[in-house]
Amino acid sequence: MSNAPEDLKYASTHEWIRIEDDGSVTVGISDHAQDALGDIVFVELPRLGTPVTAKQEVAVVESVKAASDIYSPITGEILEINDTLMDAPEMVNESPYENAWFFKIKASNTLEFEDLMDSDAYCDHCANE
Amino acid sequence: MGKRTYLYKKHLNANAKIIDFAGWDMPINYGSQIEEHHFVRKSAGVFDVSHMTIVDVSGRDSKNYLQYLLSNDVGKLVDRGQALYSAMLNHDGYILDDLIVYRMSFGFRVVVNCATREKDLRWMIQNTDGFRVSVQEKPKLAILAVNGPDSIQRFCEAVAGPIAEEAQKLQSFRGQELDACFIARTGYTGEQGLEVILPEEDAPEFWDKFLKAGIKPVGLGARDTLRLEAGMNLYGQDMDETTSPLSANMDHTIAYTPAEREFIGKPALIAHKALYDAGEANELKGLVLESRGILRAGQTLITDQGEGVVTSGGFSPTLKHSIALARIPSNSKTCKVDLRGTPTPVRIVKPNFVRFGKKIFE
Repeated sequence: MSNAPEDLKYASTHEWIRIEDDGSVTVGISDHAQDALGDIVFVELPRLGTPVTAKQEVAVVESVKAASDIYSPITGEILEINDTLMDAPEMVNESPYENAWFFKIKASNTLEFEDLMDSDAYCDHCANE
Repeated sequence: MGKRTYLYKKHLNANAKIIDFAGWDMPINYGSQIEEHHFVRKSAGVFDVSHMTIVDVSGRDSKNYLQYLLSNDVGKLVDRGQALYSAMLNHDGYILDDLIVYRMSFGFRVVVNCATREKDLRWMIQNTDGFRVSVQEKPKLAILAVNGPDSIQRFCEAVAGPIAEEAQKLQSFRGQELDACFIARTGYTGEQGLEVILPEEDAPEFWDKFLKAGIKPVGLGARDTLRLEAGMNLYGQDMDETTSPLSANMDHTIAYTPAEREFIGKPALIAHKALYDAGEANELKGLVLESRGILRAGQTLITDQGEGVVTSGGFSPTLKHSIALARIPSNSKTCKVDLRGTPTPVRIVKPNFVRFGKKIFE
């Protein structure tokens, strides 16, 4: 069974979010997602300042198996990107919840957090996929 | 549940991720496909390829039969154990399968692909008319492939005794029948190595000895990137029943001489050859993408001579960028691929990227 920390929220498309103390939102992909993709070899990230809407494609991961879109779980603006992933994409496999966060968003509508799943609901979602 | 090789439990013990491969439950990786790939390029890895189909051909006409059945000429196999790569064509000169055939004490041993098993067996039996031969599948035999620069040394440490003595003497594409197994210096990775064909119940013991000697298990995922780097075709992807061997970089596997030898597909192939020589056929080339992104099978290509398609593509762990095999119009000089909406130039090279751990194209 994949690991899904309880302090995070999850999208059905396998992104996780963490709501930081300063109100920004950190986004990455779940352990389940990295395991399903296999070794990740390239990551493409959005530009700083890009406005994004919930469920919009904003990044791409290419694994040995396939290319997959990463969707923004919420609406807002890209505040920060983790460009260490450009040179070390394998971090996504090694540390999906810590070192391999993808980007941070300044959320424009915190009500959207309610649409995301908690850890238990996400694990059920993965099991039924 | 799919079919399982005798080593299925060993795979689970080695932390294998199992996938369905043509009806078989096979290991795709044992944790990291890329690490397994590097291990074969730098040291030694073992693949369980027992899902592949072994067919033994014996009887007084076995040589004549295979000379008719295959587009390469088994007449080249002078010594016992010697190996030959060949296509098996239909009457239209298209590829039914690719295979390895070994000269054996009893006749010949043919190893064909697992996904094409039923079709191949049917075709092989159907074409025995007029030949005094026996064509017999050997489903109870396992195949272990050990590949990598250290593979032969580690293999010999692992098995010791007469098997090791014989293994050390073998040249490339040569094999030896022994009491316990058949060993041959053939493989699918572009590294040196040995394939061992043995009764399946003996396979777990060999597997354990290999792992104890420091040979690591390698899954079908790394097998695919290794063969792609080595520029070796995969049946069903780089060629199939709609492909002439001339459009699959397999011209060198066609034995046109002796001219009096008739083989299935020969007249059609001679017609293909005329088109091919006139530059009117597609050819299989290598592609190199040095920028970010990955070439994938099925992507459309635009060359200065027309349209083409990627037949196999992926990330090359050795070269650290994407490579591909692609079927494109003859004499193409420039090529672009649509990468997620962005037309991106790729370089056309000989379909051969890595041999013995080193980059080999210009």
